[in-house]
Amino acid sequence: MSKDSEYFRIAHREAWIGVVLAVFNFIWWFGFAYGLGGKSPSSYHYILGLPAWFFYSCVLGFIVMVVLVTVVVKFLFVEVPFEEEKGEES
Amino acid sequence: MNWSVMIPLIIFLILIFVIGFWASKYVRMTDSSFLAEYFLGGRQLGGLILAMTMIATYGSASSFIGGPGVAYTEGLGWVLLAMSQVVTGYFVLMVLGKKFAIMSRRYHAVTLIDFLKGRYQSKWVVLVSAFSIILFLFSAMAAQWVGGARLIESLTGLSYISALFIFAVSVLIYVILGGFRAVALTDTVQGIVMLFGTLVLLIATIIAGGGIDSIMTDLRSENPNLITPFGAEGTLSASYVSSFWILVGVGVVGLPHVTVRAMSYKNSKAMHRALIIGTIVVGFIMLNMHLIGVFARPILPGIEVGDKVMPLIALEVLPAWLAGVVLAAPMAAIMSTVDSLLLVVSSAVVKDVYLNYVEPKATHKKVKKLSFTITALLGILVFLMALNPPDLLIWLNLFAFGGLEAAFIWPVIMGLYWKKGNKHGALASMLIGILSYILFHLYLPNLFGLHTVVVPIILSLAGYVAVSLATQRSGEESWIQS
Repeated sequence: MSKDSEYFRIAHREAWIGVVLAVFNFIWWFGFAYGLGGKSPSSYHYILGLPAWFFYSCVLGFIVMVVLVTVVVKFLFVEVPFEEEKGEES
Repeated sequence: MNWSVMIPLIIFLILIFVIGFWASKYVRMTDSSFLAEYFLGGRQLGGLILAMTMIATYGSASSFIGGPGVAYTEGLGWVLLAMSQVVTGYFVLMVLGKKFAIMSRRYHAVTLIDFLKGRYQSKWVVLVSAFSIILFLFSAMAAQWVGGARLIESLTGLSYISALFIFAVSVLIYVILGGFRAVALTDTVQGIVMLFGTLVLLIATIIAGGGIDSIMTDLRSENPNLITPFGAEGTLSASYVSSFWILVGVGVVGLPHVTVRAMSYKNSKAMHRALIIGTIVVGFIMLNMHLIGVFARPILPGIEVGDKVMPLIALEVLPAWLAGVVLAAPMAAIMSTVDSLLLVVSSAVVKDVYLNYVEPKATHKKVKKLSFTITALLGILVFLMALNPPDLLIWLNLFAFGGLEAAFIWPVIMGLYWKKGNKHGALASMLIGILSYILFHLYLPNLFGLHTVVVPIILSLAGYVAVSLATQRSGEESWIQS
């Protein structure tokens, strides 16, 4: 049972990490899209041909999330066995 | 009929069948654990296959046919909306995560409903969930079949009915043969086709449009709104677009055909790999796919039916044989979504209703036969429904998914992480979710400028918490472990 609660503690922590990442992702996406994109199109800047709001929000934001997910999985996620002690298969 | 387009498509279909036959070997071999094998691939999925089958399942006809079509009309604002799906790449597996993997093994759960049954120990929870899965996923399936048939129609010039027939037969044959393992494997092939297909098509479209700079200039001079986040008519408000984070983003943790994948993987390592691969692939496909729609506009102006944007632009900018390969991608997306929906609905009928309440002592042989028969029957029913298809593919599809999310998200999430949650809360949450979703959809759509799904999801959370707390005493014994 103590091993059980240890596994569940890990599982709960990782679920919270997922929530934090999603909130961060949303803020980044929303902030750049509507912060930069809310202006008049005539005053837009362009990066690699795309409007800056779009580049930062959707292109760079995506890359940032990939990097974050990779870092989090490599350094914070712990491997846990899923089967119970007796190793029965369902 | 354009044969140089058709040949790659046909080769692709044959490849899919080969995989189906190969996987059927496993289904025939297993006997005692037939259900776990047929509906769950024996819980043996590795990281790459898990990631790909997840993505292929989200990436339904709404994103692959409807999505680029809407992006064509609305401009970059719709690409922004589509990018809300990047979150699914990591959120589903992280949040359901290891707890769900452990608990579903403990309950010997093969379906989402098994999990709910194990957690809440309630006949009514099982019946209401089975009913809503059958109802909602059935309409989602019909929408997908329409998409598949339209695609074949526009590629081959066959009539809609013949196209639908070809589509139905190909889907049915291999789902019935191979079960979940076949579906997951073909999802992987299809995911890879989508990944490279969209990339090739995006590059070809950019070249045909004279580079991104000139495409942007063309769009801006046609209608400056096309390059803002607000859509062609300025109607996509920030709150409306943001609410898609719930509908197609975090809310997908409540979809039965998504959760079933979160119980199918082998071990932690598979899950960790799938998190990284999934995030990369889903973001990449979504970005490419929808940008293609936007970039197609200056090259092929005046397309009126959104669903035709993808096929037309592929035929325009690519050599015919390559267009065939690339168009196998949306075809792939639709097929894999349909396959997994078909399996989920058939498992709801066979496993969750029949085996639980009609004949619990059915022999393995009988269960096997029944699974094949029900899957086939469901396929034929969907075929009949799709013969007379409703027009707005994307909305029908989203209607079904929204309803399921409102029904299941809290019973699953709170069932995993909140000990005080009980069967009364779960039942209240499901009923409130479904009914309020239908009512809001009919009478108060897009309340407060949000997508219709948002308010029902909040209401169903409130229902879950309030009813669980109010019925605390009877709830204690239903939390059987820990």
